[in-house]
Amino acid sequence: MTDVLVVGAGPAGLAAAVAARRRGAAVRIIDAAEGLGGQYWRHLPSSRPSEREELLHHGWDTFGSLRDEVCQDPDIVVSMQTEVWAIEQTADNRLRVNLARGEADGTGRLTEALAPEQLILATGAHDRALPVPGWTLPGVFTAGAAQAMAKGERIAIGERVVVAGSGPFLLSVTASLGQAGARVVGVYEASRSRALARHWLARPWELAGAAHKIGELAEYAVHHIRGRVPYRTGHGVVAVHGTDRVEAVTVAVLDEHWRVVTGTERRIDCDAVCFGHGFVPRLELPIAAGCHITERRFVHVDACQRTSADRVFAVGELTAIGGADLALAQGEIAGWVAAGGSLDDRDIRRAIRSRTRAEQFADRMDRAHAIGDCWSDWLGDDTIVCRCEDVDAGTLKRVAAATNSTGLRPLKLNTRAGLGLCQGRVCGRNVEQILLATHGCEEFADATTTDRRPIATPIRIADLARAPEHPTDSVLNRPRSQ
Amino acid sequence: MRAVIIGAGITGAACARALARAGFAVAVLERGAAVGGTSAMCEGNLLVSDKAPGPELALALHAADRWYALRDELRDELGPDFPSIEYERKSGLVVATTHTGARALKTFSGTQRAAGVEARELSVDDAGKLEPFLTRDITAAVHYPQDAQVQPAATAEALLASARRAGTEVLTGVEVTGAMRGIDGRINGVSTMNGRHGADIVINAAGPWAGAVASSLGVSLPVLPRRGMVLVTTRMPHRIFRKVYDADYVGATQSGDADLQTSTVVESTAAGNVLIGSSRQRIGFDDRLDLGVVREIAAKSMRLFPFLAEMQILRTYGGFRPYMPDHLPVIGEDPRVPGLYHVTGHEGAGIGLSVASADILRARILGEDSPVDAAPFTVDRPTLVPHLREMAR
Ligand SMILES: Cc1cc2nc3c(=O)[nH]c(=O)nc-3n(C[C@H](O)[C@H](O)[C@H](O)COP(=O)(O)OP(=O)(O)OC[C@H]3O[C@@H](n4cnc5c(N)ncnc54)[C@H](O)[C@@H]3O)c2cc1C
Ligand SMILES: Cc1cc2nc3c(=O)[nH]c(=O)nc-3n(C[C@H](O)[C@H](O)[C@H](O)COP(=O)(O)OP(=O)(O)OC[C@H]3O[C@@H](n4cnc5c(N)ncnc54)[C@H](O)[C@@H]3O)c2cc1C
Repeated sequence: MTDVLVVGAGPAGLAAAVAARRRGAAVRIIDAAEGLGGQYWRHLPSSRPSEREELLHHGWDTFGSLRDEVCQDPDIVVSMQTEVWAIEQTADNRLRVNLARGEADGTGRLTEALAPEQLILATGAHDRALPVPGWTLPGVFTAGAAQAMAKGERIAIGERVVVAGSGPFLLSVTASLGQAGARVVGVYEASRSRALARHWLARPWELAGAAHKIGELAEYAVHHIRGRVPYRTGHGVVAVHGTDRVEAVTVAVLDEHWRVVTGTERRIDCDAVCFGHGFVPRLELPIAAGCHITERRFVHVDACQRTSADRVFAVGELTAIGGADLALAQGEIAGWVAAGGSLDDRDIRRAIRSRTRAEQFADRMDRAHAIGDCWSDWLGDDTIVCRCEDVDAGTLKRVAAATNSTGLRPLKLNTRAGLGLCQGRVCGRNVEQILLATHGCEEFADATTTDRRPIATPIRIADLARAPEHPTDSVLNRPRSQ
Repeated sequence: MRAVIIGAGITGAACARALARAGFAVAVLERGAAVGGTSAMCEGNLLVSDKAPGPELALALHAADRWYALRDELRDELGPDFPSIEYERKSGLVVATTHTGARALKTFSGTQRAAGVEARELSVDDAGKLEPFLTRDITAAVHYPQDAQVQPAATAEALLASARRAGTEVLTGVEVTGAMRGIDGRINGVSTMNGRHGADIVINAAGPWAGAVASSLGVSLPVLPRRGMVLVTTRMPHRIFRKVYDADYVGATQSGDADLQTSTVVESTAAGNVLIGSSRQRIGFDDRLDLGVVREIAAKSMRLFPFLAEMQILRTYGGFRPYMPDHLPVIGEDPRVPGLYHVTGHEGAGIGLSVASADILRARILGEDSPVDAAPFTVDRPTLVPHLREMAR
């Protein structure tokens, strides 16, 4: 039996695990979270089940059947609250995947090392929020966090909420907020309707294929119009106001580069703001595994979802931001092939077709909602960009100008941006863009990015010192207690 | 006089500053980003404590005085907008954990004292007063008030900025690929991927890549990369006040063994992250993560500071020390190619010794008195000649 390790139990990882098992592999699926489902199917913990779950989630049936298959098959081992904290490439060209189980900052986590025959990375993305003056006030959330609170905790982030950023997922978070009891007073999409029309409507036949996706979005749109939530394109929230927490925001018209059109600013009262400016794939594990990263900073994969690293596959948001359908289709293909199947097999024909449709959707979304070049003009010198280390935009620009440096590594060391607890996950892309803009260049001369994190998540020194020296060969072995 | 300096690490930066201030028209050629090599992947210890009496210690003692003055010089020159070099004369505490270790440490520090190093033997209790969180399981402790630290990347940038103000041109993204030679055999410039650069003198300051640069210029130089890994914890309130290290460290710096050696050096940075180093390993330019190394460093650090067990490692990084087989830097003209100078091979002390090395270089080029005897660092010193021959075969 082929041994397959799947990292990440969102739509992509679940689909991969199930397909690999169907093709006869022994499978282990792990996730740092407490429950299966990833970002898309984040739900109440089983200790507090809800009957309304299926009303809140699209494709809840799909989730239910994936979950049942994964949980009921003895040849699939599920390890939740288990993180991959490092991947090593050993001298014999194999990978060692290092796991730690237990609460993320708990003591005495169980550590384990695996050398799987096939590795499927499905670690998804985190959502990006651009900094604006005032964004560190309590009451400001990322779209992902707001949605997680709504879906996973049934908590609304505020009573009068403004949603801003770019991309169709703003609509779905708006819907989640509504379901959790918040009133959304406005949705501001920074892309202009011309760009949206160009990319969404230029080839409508491609979208017709993505009917399911569109149906879902159309449903959101209807939901908004019915609920009279104003939806404006070419607008952005460019400042947040308040003393101890959010009291209002400034909304302005943006041109196609996301520059504020002067004179269009207006103040809107609210008690919470939700920002979503696209997604950043979690690239640290693929980079550690030696996978090639594309210019657009996704994991490069072939038609089988194989990366450039031997016996490593990548699926879901690591490879494109295309929603759950794309993640499911890719996962199924990768799982099947990793377990020894072929693209020609009938079993995955549907998945291949569905992937093609979803990829077109992903591509158009990426183009229509690309972040404008001039967003950093919104910032004041004292706007914090890196929250972990309290680094403001002025410091970034001042150090870049004073040292004349075009190397990301020395710039990080000399500004401390991205050196904090989140290791640049939250601020990395924003920091990079501000620094590059100071010199007007496209990339750093030391060819590094903030995506590299050999230690993927912090680990206690005692746990590190106890980490096993030799990997376990079978993925089905459960961790021995220490 | 025109000088071309190859490499914009701390060595190249210090040399550029020294020569530009002496009136040279200096161009620094760097293939990547300035301060993108080893000088951004190291620690900033300025140590005398780890050096045995001899030429390197003499250089380190000169360096210790230079840094003290340089902090104010650079701050005054570059102004408050420039990131601080974070110079701190925080002193070093070297401890032994075995009886043999204790004897060796006492003998070693005695010889250092004779060579002019301030080295005070402390009782276990007194060591505990300096470092309350240190393990009491120690057998000897020596305090070195002259040990200091800087933030290396900021320091390298500061030296480079200072060089720029003195007229130095820093060209990044320019890889040196060969030498231009006059009919007299003198080097009179370098060729690069982007064209040629004429010069009266050329300085090879390419750190661990200095051997490769030397070959591209037509000579052999036995510089090898020696990998080092450092662990960084999350920020915490300061509980480690000096540089604290295990006496094994001294053995490791002096050893030529290619195999893995780790020795514990623990210190806090200004921000409150604890840096735990380090390892020494000759495995070429292999930069893959090896948790075996990390695990060993982690385990040893807990023995020195038991509270570290519960602290979290946030990241690791590593770099390649420019290693010389006879453990001494090379600072001087290459007798095989007049006009070509090498300033490299500082291994694990290149931050601390950068400015002092540039002082020697300047003195050699201008024919002035060197602040430290330069003979031991020459390219054709007896301990290096066999390697030169061997490499040239
Ligand atoms: C606000 C918002 C709204 C959205 N709305 C929609 C929508 O309406 N329609 C739609 O189709 N899609 C929507 N999406 C996108 C959808 O969530 C994703 O397409 C989908 O979840 C991607 O699946 P995935 O399996 O690639 O990643 P994820 O679902 O993100 O799963 C990745 C999993 O990997 C785990 N993981 C990561 N790193 C590690 C590690 N080191 N060790 C162990 N585990 C790890 C994580 O815990 C996570 O569970 C939305 C997303 C957001 C944030
Ligand atoms: C883990 C670790 C810890 C350390 N700790 C300390 C410490 O505490 N104290 C201390 O004093 N020292 C320490 N060191 C040693 C110190 O980092 C080095 O000795 C020092 O940085 C060397 O500086 P450099 O300028 O010579 O080399 P580098 O900084 O490597 O600079 C060389 C430059 O040359 C460039 N280059 C290479 N080839 C070419 C070419 N063909 N054309 C143009 N440019 C080229 C490179 O891109 C590079 O930028 C440590 C080293 C490591 C690895």
